[in-house]
Amino acid sequence: MKFHLPPQVMYALIGAFALLIIASIVAMLLAHVNPQRDYTELRLRLKTWWLIIGVFCLAVAFDNDVSLVVFAFVSFLAFKEYLSMIPTRRADHRVLFWAYLSIPIQYYWISIEWYGMFIIFIPVFVFLFLPMRMVLIGETQGFLRAAGTVHWGLMTTVFSLSHMSYLLALPDAGNPAGGGDALLFYLVFLTQINDVAQYVWGKLFGRHKVSPTVSPNKTLEGLVGGVATTVVLAVALAPWLTPLTRYESVAAGLLIGVFGFIGDVTISAIKRDIGVKDSGTLLPGHGGILDRLDSLTCTAPLFFHFIRYLHY
Amino acid sequence: MPLLRILFVALVAYPVVLVVLGLNVRNRARLPRGGPAIVAANHNSHLDTLVLFTLFPLLNIPRVRPVAAADYFLANRFIAWFALNVIGIIPLQRKRAAASGDPLAGCYAALARGETLLIFPEGSRGEPEQMSELKSGIAHLAARFPAVPVVPVFMHGLGKSMPRGEWLPVPFFCDVFVGIPLHWSGERKLFMDGLQDSLRALKNKLAAPEHT
Repeated sequence: MKFHLPPQVMYALIGAFALLIIASIVAMLLAHVNPQRDYTELRLRLKTWWLIIGVFCLAVAFDNDVSLVVFAFVSFLAFKEYLSMIPTRRADHRVLFWAYLSIPIQYYWISIEWYGMFIIFIPVFVFLFLPMRMVLIGETQGFLRAAGTVHWGLMTTVFSLSHMSYLLALPDAGNPAGGGDALLFYLVFLTQINDVAQYVWGKLFGRHKVSPTVSPNKTLEGLVGGVATTVVLAVALAPWLTPLTRYESVAAGLLIGVFGFIGDVTISAIKRDIGVKDSGTLLPGHGGILDRLDSLTCTAPLFFHFIRYLHY
Repeated sequence: MPLLRILFVALVAYPVVLVVLGLNVRNRARLPRGGPAIVAANHNSHLDTLVLFTLFPLLNIPRVRPVAAADYFLANRFIAWFALNVIGIIPLQRKRAAASGDPLAGCYAALARGETLLIFPEGSRGEPEQMSELKSGIAHLAARFPAVPVVPVFMHGLGKSMPRGEWLPVPFFCDVFVGIPLHWSGERKLFMDGLQDSLRALKNKLAAPEHT
């Protein structure tokens, strides 16, 4: 148990808590003033952020083993939600079991800080192993779709998200401003703020649809305003939480802003493909975890490699 | 042994159903709060019973009794001990010839004691994620106890998670739909059709992904 956070991370967390408390009070007042308007979306988002900040505190407040278990569990929930949504083959029962087994193994590589293995395990070894296991079962009908969908799910929910966890395993020397904890906060905070900012700018000034077939609610004005907001915050927070220089932090803000959007619409596209978004019917086992993590599936690996290339 | 049953549900059913799988229950309030009651559910997996257990308050578990095939669950001494004392099944002789007297006598007695019966009217687990013809034994129970509510429950995804013949559950989120309680309608075919329709309607509420 470590319990002592770098002071920057502590202040950042207190700031985030303060923001959330203010937002929650504003939401309650809004609902009180306009009882006829529907604030379900706002309430759901707030609930999500409380959850995210709770999980975040749990992940960074204790030692790395606790945070690994927390992140592995998040990956597990996301992968389970993904598999519950997509078409599956009865023949692949045991293949799916192996796919699940890759989650603890991937996080084990992080716990022993074996970077080389962490970075190739799912893209190479699991990628080769699962189809091999499927061949042994011998069902060829729908083989490519099954192999492709299962691996896409692992890449997104396990490989990509596990980069958040590896931020904590990076050597503290690379970031004198607060170590991996501060970098993780920077990434998660900016990704979430970017979602909010794009939503708010879009609501206020949105005119031109940016992806009419995938996410009809997303607008160019929302995207540009959101990315600009994220860049401003990225630059403001960088000296305090990261080793990034001024120019590097502009790039980090652009990266998180743009790819947060791309992660979001990619998950939306998949849901449309499956038919979840169009039909009014219920989504099987919908915990909504993927909706909450959609932007991070894109920003986590990209931010990780950006910072690792520049400063580690 | 009520304590064993509570421990089993708390230490096995809860972690497996709520952590490994994960449940979405719709209309939970329609479940009976106390007995006597009958829960009629579709059956695709051994996990079905565990899922149904988790829908009831822990302390009520000793009074929730799954009705299960005697030929399967009393097949050997160990399984029989486990089924009777830990799961708390009421054994049912599926073949009339093997039964001495009324095969439903155990169920009648349990309902008379005010217990809640968990019944799988399909009779066996069958093909994963498919419903088969309902057996009419449940109609006899409803006719004998016309005041007892029969609550239809449809479960999705458990046949994917652990189908017949597999012993390893693979995690999937599962959906549970609780239907409006039915009562004995005075005629067997009418009652069975009502139950069948209710389960089918619950099944159609979800656009389940293909599982072939």
